[in-house]
Amino acid sequence: MIKMVVLKELSTEELYIPGHRLCSGCGPSTAMRMMMKVAGKNTIITTATGCIEVGTTYYPYTSWLVPWVHSAFENAAATASGIEAAYKAMGRRSSKPRKVNIIAIGGDGGTFDIGIQALSGALERGHDFLYLCYDNEAYMNTGIQRSGATPHGASTTTSWGGKKIPGKPEWKKDLIGISIAHGIDYAATANIAYWNDFMTKVQKALEVEGPAVIHIIAPCPRGWRHEDKDTFKIARLATQTRYFPVYEYDHGKYQINIKIPKPLPVIEYMKPQGRFKHLFKPEHSKELELIQDRVDKNWGRLEKLCAMQNP
Amino acid sequence: MSKIVGLNGDEAVAYAAKQCDVDVVAAYPITPQTIIVEKFNEFVANGEVNTEFVCVESEHSAMSASVGASLTGARVFTATASQGLALMHEILYIGSSMRCPIVMGVANRALSAPINIYADHSDMMGSRDCGWIQIYTEDAQEAYDWTIQAFKIAENKDILLPATVNLDGFMISHSTQDINMLDDEEVRKFLPPKKLEYMLDPENPITVGAGNNPEFYFELKMQQVDAMNKVPEVMRKVNNEFASVSGRKYDIIETYGIENADVGVMALGSCTGTAITVAEKLRNEEKKVGVIKPWLYRPFPSKEIISSIKNLDVLAVIDRCVSFGAPYGPLCSDVMSLLQSMDIDLKVFNIITGLGGRDITPTLLEEIFIEGLDYQKKGKIKDPVRYLGVRM
Repeated sequence: MIKMVVLKELSTEELYIPGHRLCSGCGPSTAMRMMMKVAGKNTIITTATGCIEVGTTYYPYTSWLVPWVHSAFENAAATASGIEAAYKAMGRRSSKPRKVNIIAIGGDGGTFDIGIQALSGALERGHDFLYLCYDNEAYMNTGIQRSGATPHGASTTTSWGGKKIPGKPEWKKDLIGISIAHGIDYAATANIAYWNDFMTKVQKALEVEGPAVIHIIAPCPRGWRHEDKDTFKIARLATQTRYFPVYEYDHGKYQINIKIPKPLPVIEYMKPQGRFKHLFKPEHSKELELIQDRVDKNWGRLEKLCAMQNP
Repeated sequence: MSKIVGLNGDEAVAYAAKQCDVDVVAAYPITPQTIIVEKFNEFVANGEVNTEFVCVESEHSAMSASVGASLTGARVFTATASQGLALMHEILYIGSSMRCPIVMGVANRALSAPINIYADHSDMMGSRDCGWIQIYTEDAQEAYDWTIQAFKIAENKDILLPATVNLDGFMISHSTQDINMLDDEEVRKFLPPKKLEYMLDPENPITVGAGNNPEFYFELKMQQVDAMNKVPEVMRKVNNEFASVSGRKYDIIETYGIENADVGVMALGSCTGTAITVAEKLRNEEKKVGVIKPWLYRPFPSKEIISSIKNLDVLAVIDRCVSFGAPYGPLCSDVMSLLQSMDIDLKVFNIITGLGGRDITPTLLEEIFIEGLDYQKKGKIKDPVRYLGVRM
């Protein structure tokens, strides 16, 4: 049984160190630091191409004090599969086989879109690893293009909030639903604004035998068009409006970890973000209603899943 | 003590990988390579190997998992062909740039469209600049022998580059022949466990594959160039060592009758055996012909080729691949640029043939030799590039 991570017990050692080239106010970068605090030294990281990769490893510098390897955009889960297989095979030869934490990291583009096949394969094969998706809801590294994780209505450089089309017409994929459908034991969403929930989940995910997936929402001030200093405020609003529910699936049981009995209206989350600005024009008021309706329905769906004792 | 076993090319490669005691095989099925992974998986299922078999969902993931495993310190083998190799293309470069000594069997097959499963070198030639050592074999015995040697060359600490062992689809992959198999112990002695100076190890953390912009990328590529340049020397040593174990002596290239030939034929892969048979017959008819068969294609064996052609008047280069829009097929392009750069005056013509598995028959090869002899007599090449064995 894993107990909640508490501040005074946290390691003071930093394994993800500063000096990297990520933007001021970068949400994903904070997620990395939190993750490394609980993963510890006995960890190997592989990262799909994206902000975290290019921002944290710029030869001859690195932010990673644990083994770290790049391989490409769409294949972090496959690379992790190979690392895990190597440990298994070499462990069989060794008199003292070692167990390591293997973590594959991908952004939303590298996970929801181009890397979904490699992720699906690795989950189906049951490799013992954690897949962490840091979701800033667009291809931020290439300059804010829409992904399968970009929310409905958001303006990106490939889904402009234009005169005719008010931002991205499609809705966000359900990554956790897709992951659970592979029959894995642990999958969870997280939010950088709820640090101890996230860090506890990392611990749980690493403890689980077999694959685990964590999907963490992490704002990007450049792409979401908000001030750098507001990253956490906005991240917190995503959950307080029930827009991004924080929940987990643990060995067949669903649980909403951050309960939101009195949700704020979704527009409270959307208003401070420039990417939704066009939706506040009177002609698009229907879009906001649609989004609120979708958020309510999704929350209801999760509550039903949680109420099921043995789904 | 070696033994003789009847195996097809794919099986021979699978047995070689087994004897090399590989830690990880990450592979995906594709004709005509499939027998390799099937056979290897059978070894796993029967507990005959210590290998972790990763049954990936694509060749792209096969190569990605191979890279991850190789950098973790594992000895890694995989195999593919055609579309599979094309799908791996992106990661082939990553494997060589991150210096992963993976060995891969490639059962050469045509690229789609239209879909065609038969022998053709378009697949490997499409990735010829990917930074991998590339070896072409003539038959199943060679495929077996080179697979074992490839590990030793690839894992040499001055090299640390991945290698492909190419065997023509069906012609070699599915043709059964008597294979002289080494003892497991002999292979183990020849190829000790893989040792890496740097790997993904939490006790000695390193960052592999950090971003390189204009300040460093070029230097990194130069390191790969340097490693490539060292391959022939290392290969020769490995060949000698292998000869003392197996009694079979390999080299960078093989030649037949070339020292006193006027006309030579150069080719890669299975058709070289036929070429030698035809050359034998022609030599019995007092025709001075010979054959050049590069085992090593990348790095290109420039030195060896130059010394092999020095007595020739005419050379025919056979390509089992079209390089669309290029003046010659890929092998001939390499030969031409080599001759040009060395200021060698040799008359060369290019034969493009055998595409999509069409037989390169003795009759066809004889036609090439005769054409070469004719050019030699006339003192000039009439047709620098000819597509042979095709309905026009």
